[in-house]
Amino acid sequence: MATDSHILAVYDLSFERYFERVFEPVSFELDPGSLLLITGSNGCGKTTLLKLLAGLLEPSEGKILMDEQPLYAGHFPAIKDDLSVEENIRFWMKFMGTRKSGQMTGLCEQVIEEIGLTPVALQEGRTLSAGQRKRCSLARLLFCDESLWLLDEPYSNLDPQGIGMLDQILKAHLHAGGACIMTTHGSLRPEGFDLQECHMISGRERYTGARA
Amino acid sequence: MNPIYLFFHKTGSPPWFYNFSGKLIPWLWAGFFLLTGYGLYLGLLVAPADYQQGESVRIMYVHVPAAWMSMMIYGLMAIWGFIALVWRIRIMEVLIISSAPIGAAFTIIALVTGSLWGRPTWGTYWVWDARLTSELVLLFLYFGVIALYNSYDEPRKAARAASLMSIVGAVNLPIIHFSVVWWNTLHQGSSIGTSGSSIHPSMLWPLLYMAIAFKLYYGANLLSRARVRLLKQDHRKRWVKDLLSKETS
Amino acid sequence: MSRQAAGTAFTALLRRDFLLAYRRRAELLQPLVFLLVVVTLFPLGVGPSPGLLANIAPGVIWIAALLATVLSLDSLFRSDFEDGTLEQMVLSGQSLALIALARTVAHWLVAGLPIVLLSPLLAMWMNLPDEGLLILIESLAIGTPVLSLIGAIGGALTVSLKRGGQLLSLLVFPLYVPLLILATSAVSSAVAGLPYTGQIGLMIAGLIASMTLAPFATAAALKLSLS
Repeated sequence: MATDSHILAVYDLSFERYFERVFEPVSFELDPGSLLLITGSNGCGKTTLLKLLAGLLEPSEGKILMDEQPLYAGHFPAIKDDLSVEENIRFWMKFMGTRKSGQMTGLCEQVIEEIGLTPVALQEGRTLSAGQRKRCSLARLLFCDESLWLLDEPYSNLDPQGIGMLDQILKAHLHAGGACIMTTHGSLRPEGFDLQECHMISGRERYTGARA
Repeated sequence: MNPIYLFFHKTGSPPWFYNFSGKLIPWLWAGFFLLTGYGLYLGLLVAPADYQQGESVRIMYVHVPAAWMSMMIYGLMAIWGFIALVWRIRIMEVLIISSAPIGAAFTIIALVTGSLWGRPTWGTYWVWDARLTSELVLLFLYFGVIALYNSYDEPRKAARAASLMSIVGAVNLPIIHFSVVWWNTLHQGSSIGTSGSSIHPSMLWPLLYMAIAFKLYYGANLLSRARVRLLKQDHRKRWVKDLLSKETS
Repeated sequence: MSRQAAGTAFTALLRRDFLLAYRRRAELLQPLVFLLVVVTLFPLGVGPSPGLLANIAPGVIWIAALLATVLSLDSLFRSDFEDGTLEQMVLSGQSLALIALARTVAHWLVAGLPIVLLSPLLAMWMNLPDEGLLILIESLAIGTPVLSLIGAIGGALTVSLKRGGQLLSLLVFPLYVPLLILATSAVSSAVAGLPYTGQIGLMIAGLIASMTLAPFATAAALKLSLS
């Protein structure tokens, strides 16, 4: 464990762009089985924070302590327009590897069914609606086995069934000892979870004293 | 603590760099003017004219040191670029970006003086001589780094991109230079240079003085540009505000 | 995380790239048509005198190959960058240099190899003597992978820029100079009956050096573009 029993510990973390802080330093600790919700106004750096935790960016200040590489599902769904849903997911399963055992085709079908995209499995990525793309991008939650998940606005574009599906997957993950950090900009919040919250303040807000 | 680490930490600190370079710059300018004066005096008046080319060979005293500088600066950019990428030291990034236009300027000076040098000998303003061609390709390498830097919005990311490009360019530079030299012999091209195999000592000294003088110029110009850039980058920070209030009081 | 074996990931990526190339095969033709058009412009511009064309043939064909390659380089990483695929690949734990190499290999097979295959046609148009044809093909076969490898560095550095394509050309053309000099000299020497093994040897050395070094520079550039 990173420190004591935490999966992740963050101390005074911040990031600079154009020589000023994108957001005021944040600190928190995350235990197995917990869900951390990052809130804050638009542009206050929530995506930047997730990218820092994922390792795509280097911190300008502060420390991140974690044991293993987290799973990151960002704004962009990582779906090729020219490939079908099935081809897309099959590629990621082969590229990332999965601990699930069994024939690739069968596993692939299983995953597609769990995210509810079986009717469009053979359709090309460019024909999918925004909600279907979101579901497709969340497929990686089903076959990757990282314990820490970083989800950037995962509920956006999902219909009520999609939201229910995500909540189910999330509950199972937390129950199994995993943890999750998720961002939201207000209206879409996970229901029925025991939440930790971290509210971010952008560097601009601090300087001008205004709340966006 | 490790004295080397402390050295880098101190020189990496913007206020320290600003103060130190401020003290150094006047000396660099003084040295530049003195050495240039003496070097040109020796080169233009004292040193002998060339057997075949006559007085026009004297342009060598500006052309050759300028060409040396153009290559040295690119090499420095690559070394600093490596340090900047690995250790993310902001001062290094500032030095690289401030050096690029100076290096490009020296390259242009080398090209123009080389062109003027060739005119009396070959009758045209341009020949595809090995060194001139090499300098031209080097100029494009400089333009590439500068254009790359300007294309990025965020300054630190831009500096890192410029650093990477400098390293890639510097690794290729010797290869480019040798291939151009070889290409030149292949096609029996004209060349611009002194006749005779070795340089007479009375020609060597002014050359060396001018070479050192140009290095001092580079130092003075580089530090001045770097200071301005640091002030702009840190304009919100305490040390700049203190500095400004001290200057205005 | 159960990280996939590097070899499996490499082949998965190559297979995906071929599938994508096949789905977009019309687009792949564009740089090749450009190649043909550029070479055609030369007789039109300098006159069709066979002697003159034969003289400039190696240079013209090679320059056209450079231009066509640079055209196809901009899209090397752009699509993956824009839809988030590149991000995920960086985070996958696979060696980024290996990923860069896989993309470069796919690019060469789809954009560089066709140039090699089209070269006899270009040689005929430019009236290249028969003695030079084999060496022309050989020089292109060794040289176009180097164009892809070095070009990938430029592609990775400019992928996050809106109009990266123009800048890409400026960045890579100086780096292509040695290859151009060596390759054209090899072909010209072959035509004149002079030895050319030295040039070919140096080109092979260049290919090996690029294969080992360029992917790392490309990887660093990709990481930078994503930050």
